[in-house]
Amino acid sequence: MNAALQATLEFWKLYWAPLLCGVAVVAILPLIVGYIVLVERKIMADMQARLGPMRVGPHGLLQPIADAVKLLIKEDIIPENADKLVFWLAPVLSVGAGLLSLAGLAIGPAFQIAEDVNIGILFVVGISALGIFGIVLGGWASNSHYSLMGALRSSAQLVSYETAAGMALVSALLFTGSLNIKSIVEAQSKEGIWFVLLAPAAFFTYLVASIAETNRAPFDLPEAESELVAGYMTEFSGFRWSLYFLAEYTNMIVVASVATTLFLGGWLRPFSGVSWLNFLDFAPPLLLIAIGAYCVLRVTKQPTRVQQLFMLAVAGLCFVVALVLAAPVVLPVIKPSLREALAPFYAGIHGGFWFIFKVSLYIYFFMWLRFTMPRYRFDQLMRLGWHFLIPLSIINVLLVGVALIVGAYFHLQGWGLLLVTTPAAILALVAAFLILAVEKQHDARQDQTAASDFYAG
Amino acid sequence: MLDKVLFYFFAGIAVASAALMVTRRNVVHSAIFLITALLATAGIFLQLRAEFLFIVQIILYVGGIMVLFVFVIMLVNLDVALQQIQFARQKWVALIVALALAGQIGVMFWTSGKMPGQGLPVLTAVAANRLPLNSEAVAKNLFDSYLLPFEIASVLLLVAMIGAVVMAKKRA
Repeated sequence: MNAALQATLEFWKLYWAPLLCGVAVVAILPLIVGYIVLVERKIMADMQARLGPMRVGPHGLLQPIADAVKLLIKEDIIPENADKLVFWLAPVLSVGAGLLSLAGLAIGPAFQIAEDVNIGILFVVGISALGIFGIVLGGWASNSHYSLMGALRSSAQLVSYETAAGMALVSALLFTGSLNIKSIVEAQSKEGIWFVLLAPAAFFTYLVASIAETNRAPFDLPEAESELVAGYMTEFSGFRWSLYFLAEYTNMIVVASVATTLFLGGWLRPFSGVSWLNFLDFAPPLLLIAIGAYCVLRVTKQPTRVQQLFMLAVAGLCFVVALVLAAPVVLPVIKPSLREALAPFYAGIHGGFWFIFKVSLYIYFFMWLRFTMPRYRFDQLMRLGWHFLIPLSIINVLLVGVALIVGAYFHLQGWGLLLVTTPAAILALVAAFLILAVEKQHDARQDQTAASDFYAG
Repeated sequence: MLDKVLFYFFAGIAVASAALMVTRRNVVHSAIFLITALLATAGIFLQLRAEFLFIVQIILYVGGIMVLFVFVIMLVNLDVALQQIQFARQKWVALIVALALAGQIGVMFWTSGKMPGQGLPVLTAVAANRLPLNSEAVAKNLFDSYLLPFEIASVLLLVAMIGAVVMAKKRA
């Protein structure tokens, strides 16, 4: 007993900070996801020229909380012929994998739960890929045809697109020579150019593959409501269903963070190495002050007293965050001797802002696509994955490697590397399109002789 | 102390789920326990500060191979499969082979440390902060000392892959 106590104490002493951070993330994330859903509904409403949720709180700001309460008190149904244990396990697995992979991410140089992990980005990608078991086992355990079809489609889709995504990551990692998240961002800061410009073909591949991996429209075939009711989550209700929902949005955050870290410069400000652009540091606080001022202006338009107060509270929150963001950039202007002391605060707070900003842009792009693109057919999805993205990513790895060798030979660095990497990306795209055209011709010839059945993947 | 607790935790899960995997009648349950066993083994790798092996074990075996396993299992009609006899009938052969293997491993443990050059190699402990970075160390070994075996293995895998594709294409 004594030994066990000792081990527990030792464990606590070493790991209390990451443990507390982990608990905080698990506690806060559902709220964040709820608000991402609200934003998504608002954006959808805007794109469809309507208002979206308006009743709960001003402009529907309390809608996520109402939704959460509704989901929690809904009846929990387990189908009679379901495999009860697996049915119980599947949603937990799905959401657990997503949450665990968040541990490896770095939101700014100061915020990382598992600090300085040697395998960094591989940890995030590898663990989040385990979430597929939640989908597959959930679909199987429900003992329903719609669910099983959804699960089959999902696993086929994930296996197909994971190769392309992995290869895209490899071509970006060729520039850093390290898997550690901090070194990846530092490499982009040292080169003075983000990898999205150095490896555009890889970024494009990762963008498409990440949409497919998170089962988002236009690749949301595992849950295509016009064909499969709700795919793998047809039989799930209430809290279990909301766990799947949470997992989907957590995965979106994870893929967006991976793309941000690897391609979009992580927590770096745009042009962080250019000193005459340092005035960009004032952009984040000014942005928040503008949002707060807009909220104050809109107060009189709110119909009830409570909603007016709520609007003021939102404005106040914006001003407080603006103050926090402004402190490390405004104080050194007033008193230059403070610059040294405030540097870590500047790095942490502004790093966090830019990271979250870029992740939000990436997620916004996902939503934009969802409301503008029609859903793919399953054989089109498979063709895009196998005949275009995988060849593109493999050729791209090869050509980026060649470009790096040529660049090293001519001592190219930073923006100069564009001279060799841009031709490499163009060549890779041309080659991939050629392969796609050849395969299409081949398929067309086969289709003439026999009607082929792609359906089951 | 903490290391020991973690080791017995992961090793216990690995052994227990391996046993459960063999004894379950339902194939999907077996697959789940195989996944747990593989994950627990990955945990042991991590506890040994072999981060790269840990994540490769998870990405390759759990995230790759097991997904395909489960995919195939779901295509099988389980109700029919459950009524068939699932266990092979070479009980005695299996028992003898298993006992021989157990004996061999037992001898390994028994002799290790007693005579130099016999049994399991005894490694000297190194402080965690003085270990070489794991992915770099693996890469150096793989592409430096073991380049030829590595290339041969990859060519072998490629041949197997092409063979599978050719066989699948012929049938259609």
